[in-house]
Amino acid sequence: MERCFIDGNEAMAMGAIYAGCRFFAAYPITPAGTLFAAMLDRLPSAGGTVLQGEDEIAAIGYCLGASMTGMKVMTATSGPGISLYSENISFAVAGEIPIVIVDVMRQGPSTGAATLAADGDVQFLRWGCSGGLPIIVLVPSDVRDCFTLSVHAFNLAERFRCPVFLASNKEVGMMRETIDMEKVEKPRVIERTLHQSGPFLPFGVGEGEDVPAFLPIGGPVPVRQTSSTHGADGYLTTDSAAIQAGVERLQRKIESRREAFTFFDADRRTGARMLIVTYGVTARAARAAAAAILTETGSPISVLTLKTLWPVPEHLLLEAAEGMERVLVVEMNLGQYVHEVRRILCGTRVDFYGKMHGRLIAPAEIVREVLHG
Amino acid sequence: MASLLNPYRPPAFCPGCSHEVSLYALDRALAELGLHAHEVVMVSDIGCSGLFDTFFTTHAFHGLHGRALTYAAGIKLARPRLKVVVTMGDGGVGIGGAHFLAACRRNLDLTLLILNNFNFGMTGGQFSCTTPADASVVSGFLNALEKPMDICSVAASAGAPFVARGAVYQKDLTSLLVEAIRFDGFSVVDLWGVCTGHYRRRNPLTPQEIASTMRELPPFAGLAEKNLRPEYGAGYRTARSAAGPSPTDTPRIEPRFASPVPERREIVLLGAAGDHILSAGALLAHAAMLGGMWVTQKNDYDITVMRGPSVSELILSPEPILYTGVEKPDVIVALAREGVHRKREIFAKMSPDGRILREKGLEIPDTPAHIMEIDFKGYGIKRTERALAALSLLARANDPITLEMLEEALRSSLQDQALAMSLDLLGRTAAIPAPG
Repeated sequence: MERCFIDGNEAMAMGAIYAGCRFFAAYPITPAGTLFAAMLDRLPSAGGTVLQGEDEIAAIGYCLGASMTGMKVMTATSGPGISLYSENISFAVAGEIPIVIVDVMRQGPSTGAATLAADGDVQFLRWGCSGGLPIIVLVPSDVRDCFTLSVHAFNLAERFRCPVFLASNKEVGMMRETIDMEKVEKPRVIERTLHQSGPFLPFGVGEGEDVPAFLPIGGPVPVRQTSSTHGADGYLTTDSAAIQAGVERLQRKIESRREAFTFFDADRRTGARMLIVTYGVTARAARAAAAAILTETGSPISVLTLKTLWPVPEHLLLEAAEGMERVLVVEMNLGQYVHEVRRILCGTRVDFYGKMHGRLIAPAEIVREVLHG
Repeated sequence: MASLLNPYRPPAFCPGCSHEVSLYALDRALAELGLHAHEVVMVSDIGCSGLFDTFFTTHAFHGLHGRALTYAAGIKLARPRLKVVVTMGDGGVGIGGAHFLAACRRNLDLTLLILNNFNFGMTGGQFSCTTPADASVVSGFLNALEKPMDICSVAASAGAPFVARGAVYQKDLTSLLVEAIRFDGFSVVDLWGVCTGHYRRRNPLTPQEIASTMRELPPFAGLAEKNLRPEYGAGYRTARSAAGPSPTDTPRIEPRFASPVPERREIVLLGAAGDHILSAGALLAHAAMLGGMWVTQKNDYDITVMRGPSVSELILSPEPILYTGVEKPDVIVALAREGVHRKREIFAKMSPDGRILREKGLEIPDTPAHIMEIDFKGYGIKRTERALAALSLLARANDPITLEMLEEALRSSLQDQALAMSLDLLGRTAAIPAPG
C-alpha cells in the first residue's frame, strides 16, 4: 500500500513528470495554482524548466517553442486563461505541436468566481479556436484519474502531435483525497515518432499515415514550423488541393482513431432501463445516486462516466444506451455536452439535469431527477 | 562561410523595400559569425518581417503576431546552444508589448531585430506604435492623436542590456548585427527603414530625414551599461542545480492503527483566517489515514487570506469516497462567526446524533445536534491553538480518531519547537472535560 493524500492538481503534475514532461510554463491563476506549485517543486530539480509567463499567451508560447525542440510540455490555467490561449491552441493544431493544456475549470462566465467550480468550458475547449479542427479533451473525476489521464494526455499529444486538454475542475484539482499510488494505473509512456532516414519534410506523412514524423528544431537537420497554411515542406501554399488534403488529414488523424483513446467507467446494471451519462466530479454524485436508488427502490440504473469528451465517443454512447428507455445527462453547467449525446442518441429520450451555481450537484438532486424528472 | 539564404526562395519584397537590405545584412552577419544553418533558428511572426524565416535555410519558427519572443524563449531555454534570431515589425512590438518588456527584463540570449517601417505594411498601411503623429497613413486621423513610442528608450528602461538604433542605410549595418548576435544576452536592434508599398507613397521619407529624426532622439549604440548582467538561461541552470533535489516528495501515509469508529464521518471545521483551520483539517486527515480510513478534504476561504472565513470539510470513510460534498455533517467544530456564517445552512440539516464543539459564547444557527460549549479562552488556549485543541477533544472521545493517532500525525507532520508546542497543547487540553 502506498497511500498518500494529495489534490488533483498535484496528482496531475506527478502524472506529467512520470510521462516525461520536462517543460512547464503558466501564468498564476486560481484554481490551477497548486499545479504550478507542484511543478515548481519537482521539475527544476529533475533538470526540467518551469517558467512564469508575463501572461497566458506567453506561457503557452514558451511551451510551443520548447515542444518544437522535442520536449514534452504542459501548461495549466482556468477559463479566463483558455480565452487567452486560443490563438496558440489553433497554432498547435495547425503546426501539429504536441502540448498538454490543463483547464482547472471554475465558475464563469468571464472572470467568474475563482474558487467556485463549474464545468462550463467543455464546448469552449472544443470550439474555442479558429478553424474548428478537432482536439482531444480528457476529463478526470478524481485524484487517481488526474494522474492516469495526465499520462494518457502526454501519450496522445506525442502520438498525434496535437494539443490535448485535461478538463479538470476546482472540485477535483483543489480537493485532496487519499489515493493508493500502488493501485493507480500508470500507462506505458509513448514517445514522439522521429523521422528516421531520407529527405525530411516537416509535415510529410508516409503512405497510409496521418501523423508526420518529427525532427527537433535545434537538431542537425533544419526544421520549419509555421502557423500559416502550409504544404508538406512547411512553406506557404495556396494550392487548394493541398490545403484540403492537409485539413482533412488534421481531422482524420484525431477522429478516425478515437476508439483507441475512449476512456470511461461504465457501471452497467443488469435490467437497467435508464442510463445516466456524466463526467468529471459530477460522476461521483451520479454513482452515489444510482447506488442509493438501487438500495431504496430496487431499480437498477446504469451510469456511464465519460473520461474522453472529445472526440465524442460515439460508439460507446450508442452501445451504452442500447435498450435504454431514458438517458439522463448530468453536468455542472446549463447543458453543453447533452447536445452531443442527443446528436448521437437521436430517437432515445435524452433528458438533462445541470446546475452552474458554484457548488457540487448532490446525489439527492440526481435521485429526484431520476425518479420524478 | 557561405550564405544561409535559400537559393530556391529568393527575397520577394516590394521593389525598394528596406526589409531586403536588412535581409542581406543579416545573412552577411550570420556568415561572418561562421554559423551553419542548423545552428540558427529564425523566429518570426506576422507581417512582412514574418517573411524572413522563409528566405533562410536555417531552422525556422513562424507564429502568431507579436508572440515571436515567447516562442524564441521556449526554444532557447530548451536548446541553449542554438543562435536564436527574432524578427518582428513595429506592429509586432505593439501587439506583443508585454512580451517585449518581459524579454528585456529577463535577458535571455536572443537577438531581436525590429524592422521598423512606421506602419502595418501587410494589412494596407495602418498606423503602428511608431508611426509619427504627423504622418499620413490609411488610419485617417487616428495616428494624429497618439504619440509614437521610442522602442530603444523603452527597451533600456525595461532592462535590455544591448540596445541599438540603426537605419538600413548605414554602412556598418552588418557589423552592428554581428555585435548584436554575438552579445550574450538579450539584444534589441531597432532598425529604421521605409515601406515602399504603403508608407512612403504618402510620406516622402528620405534617408536624410530618417537620419535627422534619429538625431533628435537619445542615441543607442549597443551596450546599455546600466543593464549589463548575467544571461538568464545560464543563471537559470545555475539556480536549478543549486536548488538540489525536490524537497516535496509526496509523503506516504500507511495505516498503523485500527480506526476507533470504522464508519463514515463528515466533519466540518469552521473558523476565521488565522485559526489554523486548514492545517487542522490536514492533520485530521492524516490521523484518520493512519487508521486506514479514506479521506477527502476541501477548503474554503476568501482570496484576502488574512481576513474572513476559513472552512475545512472532511469526509472519513472505511470505503473509497464517491460524492465529496458535505451536506449533513456528523461533527462541526465552530470556532469563529465568519466560518459559521459561511456554512450557516448546514446546522439545521444535522441529525440529533450530530455533535457540535462550539467556542463559548459563539452564536450558531438553530440545530437539532448536540452542542458542547468549550471555554477555550478560560482554559488559556489561544485562538491559533483552538482548532488543534478541538481535534484533541474529539480524539479523547475516540471518535473519529484516537489521541494516539493524532499524536502520530503530529509527529509525522511537525518538527522541533512546533511539534513540542503541539504536544504540550494536547497535554493542556486534558484539563477540559471530554465531550461525551
